[in-house]
Parts: sequence; C-alpha cells; structure tokens
Amino acid sequence: MRVLSLGRWLRAGRVPPREPASRPSGHRHSGHRPQGPPQELPQGPSQVPPQKVSVEVLEHLEHLALVDFRDSEGVERLQKAIQFADQLHEVNTDGVEPMDSVLEDRCLYLREDDVTEGNCTKELLENARETVEEYFVAPPGNIPLVKLEGQKTFLQGSK
Amino acid sequence: MAAVLAMVARGCGGVWRRLRQRCAVRPGSGPFPRGERAVACNARGGMMSAGKSGLTPWIPVVGLEIHAQISSNSKLFSGSQVQFAAPPNSLVSFFDASLPGTLPVLNRRCVEAAVMTGLALNCHINKKSLFDRKHYFYADLPAGYQITQQRVPIAVNGSLSYSLCIDNKMSQMVTKTVRIKQIQLEQDSGKSLHDDARSQTLVDLNRAGVGLMELVMEPDMCCGEEAAAAVRELQLILQTLGSSQAVMAEGQLRVDANVSVHHPGEPYGVRTEVKNINSIRFLAKAVDYEIQRQIEELGNGGTISNETRAFDSKLGCTVPMRDKEGKQDYRFMPEPNLPPLILYDAKSLPANMNHQQVINIDWIRERLPDLPSVKREKLVEQYGILPEHSFTLLVWQQDQNCNSRHSNEDGLPEFFENVVKQTQMKPKKVIGWILNDLLSYLKQHSLTVKESPVSSFLLADLLNLLEKKEISSTAAKQVMAIKAGNQKVLNKLIGLVQKKTQGRSNPVLVKQLLEKKLSE
Repeated sequence: MRVLSLGRWLRAGRVPPREPASRPSGHRHSGHRPQGPPQELPQGPSQVPPQKVSVEVLEHLEHLALVDFRDSEGVERLQKAIQFADQLHEVNTDGVEPMDSVLEDRCLYLREDDVTEGNCTKELLENARETVEEYFVAPPGNIPLVKLEGQKTFLQGSK
Repeated sequence: MAAVLAMVARGCGGVWRRLRQRCAVRPGSGPFPRGERAVACNARGGMMSAGKSGLTPWIPVVGLEIHAQISSNSKLFSGSQVQFAAPPNSLVSFFDASLPGTLPVLNRRCVEAAVMTGLALNCHINKKSLFDRKHYFYADLPAGYQITQQRVPIAVNGSLSYSLCIDNKMSQMVTKTVRIKQIQLEQDSGKSLHDDARSQTLVDLNRAGVGLMELVMEPDMCCGEEAAAAVRELQLILQTLGSSQAVMAEGQLRVDANVSVHHPGEPYGVRTEVKNINSIRFLAKAVDYEIQRQIEELGNGGTISNETRAFDSKLGCTVPMRDKEGKQDYRFMPEPNLPPLILYDAKSLPANMNHQQVINIDWIRERLPDLPSVKREKLVEQYGILPEHSFTLLVWQQDQNCNSRHSNEDGLPEFFENVVKQTQMKPKKVIGWILNDLLSYLKQHSLTVKESPVSSFLLADLLNLLEKKEISSTAAKQVMAIKAGNQKVLNKLIGLVQKKTQGRSNPVLVKQLLEKKLSE
C-alpha cells in the first residue's frame, strides 16, 4: 500500500477533521475491525475465494490511515492480506486469555525523574523543510465549522 | 417553549437568567425571579421544572473528562524537561520528536503521582495496568499516535466528594459525590499555533510527551455549578498532593464536558462534548449554555447530534467544532514497546528487587498528606468554627495558589491558627475577623497572606485589646484599615489628633509620626 497519498480522498472533497486547540476525545471502545462481510473460516491459504472489501470500508481505511489504494492492484493486495490474517481463525481460542504483548513477563523499567535530554532545537529543526522562528510549520489544522458572521467582538462592538 | 425554559434548580436559577441575557441568542422570557433558588437537584441530577405549563421537565446530565498535567521534572517517557513558557522546541528530545529508533522509558515519578491521585480519590489501584496506542493524525502529534492506557488503566472506580452552597450567602452547604470511572496515564501533545493569515500552523513540541493523568468521571452531575464545584475540589486535592499544580490558566488542568438532556424515565439523550473551556467560571457557563441550547433545540422539534463543540468565551456560547459523522476510530492497539506496569503492596513486595524499580502502593498511601476535606474537618473540630468558614479558609488558599506559582506559602489557615494561638479571643470570633476584615482588605489590595501588612502577631494583639474591652470594635476595624493602607482612615486619625490638640499640632509632623508608629 502506498502511504500518504492524499489525492483520492481530497478529490472526493473531504477535509481531515481536526480541532484547533485541543484533543479529540477518547472513545471508550477498543479498536474495531472494519465492517466487511462476515468472514468464513478459510480452509487454507489457496482455497478461499478472495474476500470482497466494500467501497465504504476502503474509503474508511484510506481516511484513517492516510493511505491511497489508488488502483485495483492495491485493493487486491489488501484482500490478500486480510485472507492471510484470517488463518488465525483456524485456531480455537475459547477460554484463552489474550496475550497483551510478548514482553508481558519482562520488567517495565522505571526511570528516575531527572532532566537528561532536550536543548537540541537546532538539530531537530534541521529535519524540517520549513521552519518559522524555531517552530515547525504544518498545513492549517481544523477550525470551528461556523465562523459566526457579523458577530462583533466586545471591542469592535463597543466603538 | 418559554415554559420549557422555565427551569428552576438549586444554584442555577439566577444563572439561567443571566446566561440568556448575556448570550442574546434568544431573548429571555424566563419567568422566575432573579436569585430565587428552589428545588434541590436530586441525587442523580434532576433539575425539575417549576411546573409552569405542564410540559415534561428535562433532566440534564453532565459528565467531565479532565486532563491534569503531572507535576514532574521530566516527561512521561523521556528525559526532557517539563516547563511552561520556554523557547519553542527547546525542551524536546528525539523521542518527543518521534524520530525513528527512539523508545519510551517510563518515568517513576509520574506513576507515583497517578497512584497518589488514585488513592486520594478512593480508587482501586490496578496492580497490573497496560499501555496502548491511540492513533490519529495531527501536526502536534509527531508519532501519529498517543501512548495512553485505554484497556486497563492504573486506577478505577473512585469517587470525589465536593461541597456546594445552597444559597448565595454560603450559610448552608451540601456535600455531593461524583464517581470516578478511571484514571489513566497518557502523553500530552505539542502545541499548535494557527496562523490563518498565512494558512499554516506553527508547531511547538515542548509540551509533547509531558505526563498527563486523565480522569474520567461518571455523568453524575446536573448543572454548571456542580461541575465547577467538583473541579475546584479536585484542583485543591491535586495541589495538596502535589501530583499536579492544576493551574487552568497554564493548561495544567483541562476540562471537557459531556452534556445531554432527557425526560425522566426515558433513556439518556444524545450527548455533545464541549471543549476549549479555559477557567472554572467558563466551565459553569459552558455547561449551562449547552444544557439550555439542547433543551431549546429539542423543544423546537430539532435533534441533538453527537458532536464536539467549542466554547466561545467572548460570546458565551458553544459552537460546532468537528462533527463525528464518521465516528472517530482511534484503532487502539497495545503499545508494543512497553511491558505491563506492575505495582506492589506490602504483601506482594518482591524480596530481591532493586527498590528503585518497585512502586509500593501501601508506602505511598501511608505518606499521603491530609486531604482538604480532612483539613476542613480538623479546623471545625479543633476550633469550633462553622464548616462553611472552614471551606472559605481553604478556598482562599486555593485561589492564591492558582494565581501564583508558589504553592508552599503559608496560607490563610495557618494565619488563622497563629492568631488563635496568640490571642485570648475565641476562635469562633477570630474567624470573623479573618474572613470578613482581613480577607476583604487583602482582596481589595490584591495581596497574598504573606504580603499582609497586618501580621498574625499584630492582629492577635489587636484582638486581645478588643477582648479586654480596651478598644471598641469600630476602633479595631479602623486600625486594621489603616494598617492595610487605607488613606482615608489615616486622614481621619490625623483629624482626631488635631481636634484633641485643638489645632496646635503640625499636621505634617502628626502624619509622619503616625506613619512611623504604624509601620512598627
């Protein structure tokens, strides 16, 4: 899959939804799989008919991950990847606790609260194509949808 | 529709009316008199209508999501410094800038802060908690994801008790409780400065990676006043613990409100999320405005969409910010670079581990300072003062802390106790002098307790004279006024001297002598 190609969904006229001054809120749900057609148990990697991924799912994925499937080959690769992963369904995991991480029996190292890094502004900014007075420059973020026209600020209104 | 607006609620009556006038979006036709406070909110957040026209009443539901910046020297997963207002991008490590090859290393102090806070809020501390990645794209989130604790956070199922006064005069206080769903550790993002003129955003990553505690509250509140009171109490607790300085103006405490309304007996309505609330005052306004807006919208036959709205403090309104039509999908996944966080208590403490690598919940619990509620009770018990006076003593302390960056100054409670120690006057009477006279002078001249021209020694002395009836109450007040720099009273005193000396004294000299005496 090609990454960061915004062409297709920009053409669809959609703008990445973001807010100016604060974070998107937490959704108290775990990551979910895209809603495709119900997956059947595959008999083996070569025997299952390729799963059709719907257009809505594709657009949703492109939107989320900022990828561009661009052509049928890209979509086919996606379908093959899903098929490959579906082999996991062959294993019966009833009653088995999911593993969080392969590190689960390691110790999480705790660092002392000392200042040991930072102060490398110049080096960091060297990575950026464009900077303004020691700030990184990015395209404009999202702004409130409705800029209330004709509403004067207190100062303007009081003149 | 007007009748639907006729909502009367404890503590909210006046606010509703003021909101409508201020906002000027829909002319107010609220029929209830200003300042009237009636029916109490019931336990689960009931605001019942005054029964004006028989229309079904609305019950507002308010839940808060609070982000408190952890007070630590370095960031949550890296060793760069935590500091407000530093040159842009000077407090940024390679990890914070998300350069390839960098890994998170957990800061012990941040974990301790979260455990302290969880214990203070009566939470169950999870001995094993996990870290996750929450993915979304934004310029000030260089990694494209935030490390948080979505599945199994560090603390769950707690409660926060706060006090509310039933009327304006603070003569009757009620205690309410809001449940804490969970507390989780997470990273803060950087800061974006929007340059609309040049159609660009300037990004400063100094804040990226700073440790945050996210506190999720259950929707147990019913109006702006409750939300404000709960946040004030939380602020006080955090400041007492030292886990966060919780100064809203510096972004150390950020509050998002989830608001919905429904009819009694029916399921909860669609909720909106209100962001960009920058002070406790605005929190109350934003919540109340949003409740009113939803009621009016529904009363007009409209619907509420599950959207995010921003509070515009200039207009006193909420405006749509980002619609969630394609519901935000954060694609949570376990953070592959961090094993589970294991905490211990006295029983489960491993014998051979390096104690720097071990966090003992019981050890932390034993060292928790007295929480504000405990402090208040102690003052009431020890000195026989009223609960609401005790409340004011500590609230003043809190306001001082919020307005200054010194959190360890001797505050009003200590001043009060010092005066009590040095005077024969009963504490119940002393408190009046502290809260009425001293406090009003300090407020008038914008002084902190430390800067008070009237020291506890002086005040005690004055009150002793009063007790012995050597001076009158009025005289004592005047002395305090002069000491606090009230020029008019000083002039009056000069006038009195003139009278006594029948005009033979030199006014300039008198003034000098008096001022000299007063500065002793």
